[in-house]
Amino acid sequence: MAGEFVLLTLPESPFGMRVKVALAEKGIEYEEKVENLFDKSPLLLQMNPVHKKIPVLIHNGTPICESLIIVQYIDEISKDKSPLLPSDPYQCAHDRFWGDFVDKKIHPTGRRLCANIGEEQEAGKKELIEGLKAMEGELGDKPYFNGETFGFVDLSFVPFYPWFHTYESIGNFSIEAEFPKLVAWGKRCMEKESVSKSLADPHKILDFVMGRRKKMGF
Amino acid sequence: MAEEVTLLDFWASPFGMRCRVALAEKGVNYEYKEENLRDKSPLLLQMNPVHKKIPVMIHNGKPVCESLNIVQYIDENWKDKSPLLPSDPYQRSQARFWADFVDKKAYEMGTKVWKTKGEEQELAKKDFIESLKLLEGELGDKPYFGGEAFGYVDVTLIPFYSWFYAYETCGNFSIEAACPKLISWGKRCMEKESVSKSLPDPKKIYEFILQLKKVFGIE
Repeated sequence: MAGEFVLLTLPESPFGMRVKVALAEKGIEYEEKVENLFDKSPLLLQMNPVHKKIPVLIHNGTPICESLIIVQYIDEISKDKSPLLPSDPYQCAHDRFWGDFVDKKIHPTGRRLCANIGEEQEAGKKELIEGLKAMEGELGDKPYFNGETFGFVDLSFVPFYPWFHTYESIGNFSIEAEFPKLVAWGKRCMEKESVSKSLADPHKILDFVMGRRKKMGF
Repeated sequence: MAEEVTLLDFWASPFGMRCRVALAEKGVNYEYKEENLRDKSPLLLQMNPVHKKIPVMIHNGKPVCESLNIVQYIDENWKDKSPLLPSDPYQRSQARFWADFVDKKAYEMGTKVWKTKGEEQELAKKDFIESLKLLEGELGDKPYFGGEAFGYVDVTLIPFYSWFYAYETCGNFSIEAACPKLISWGKRCMEKESVSKSLPDPKKIYEFILQLKKVFGIE
């Protein structure tokens, strides 16, 4: 793929990991620039002035923001290799729906669990468990959300797999015990090089979150 | 094969309005079913078991949920008429970005304007105007967000135009004074039949908000 790609990201960010997996799936080389969210670089502020958030993919100097929008962009500029979204409009709508579900029901609930204590934390845990239940229901007995092959929904959700260890430690519950199919799916995805080289180490994520919790006084 | 399209919707929902506009743009005939959000129909619960929300578009028996998802589906399925998303991948990413911005910022801020009062409301008004100004910046001197033709971001934002009167009256401020280009854009869009037939009367939206405020106990 011609052109210069730069990814502004944070290794623990599930949104950043999504973009890494997509780039790896397409065999696109890129330069990774790790951001400090407490001291955002002038480049990040210039490239994403609206939200000032990572990830940002800069392609030949032009920024694309919002992880699922970036993933769709990557898919559309390199259609010949490893298509991520199906060509059928109905299947596409189905995949986008579940990508959106991860954004609405997994990320914010996990965040509520990790960034709080007491009742707020319990509420987050309960909502996260509901979200994971829905995901496991959607997976069913398929090897991947996409069926026989890794696809858009798998890519949207798999960066949360290394976050399971953090959710379990802080929430004091076992995702493997409650959702064995999801854990099996996560392990299956990790056998793919594009996934294993893009996902952060679960222990590093826990350290990162515990560090943040300490700063908040928990 | 005859296309059977049903839209489960609620008259005041800006998300439902998006779907109505998109279907009208494509000239698709459909059955409109008004839902009672306090007594959701078995059909709605069956077609959107995950969120149990409108709008839901049912196409030949199969449901599509989430308004922006529905609009993209409509665009991809009825390709020959009035393309909403551009064909260039970068332009598409920009259109998706701004549609997402409307949902994340404009809608949330607007809701806070009518749901709060006092200092909280003043802050909500400030944030809301800021988000509209960013959108106005993105519009620039173009007739539509889509350029010369009405497009995806226009479809996404135009339903909120019918809510402006309610926001202004609840918040006691003028959107036109802060964002005149956006109001001109709104009026331009309303000249299109697909839009004017799909949006309700702003005064009715305001009455609806007044009822909601009573229910929520907001003065």
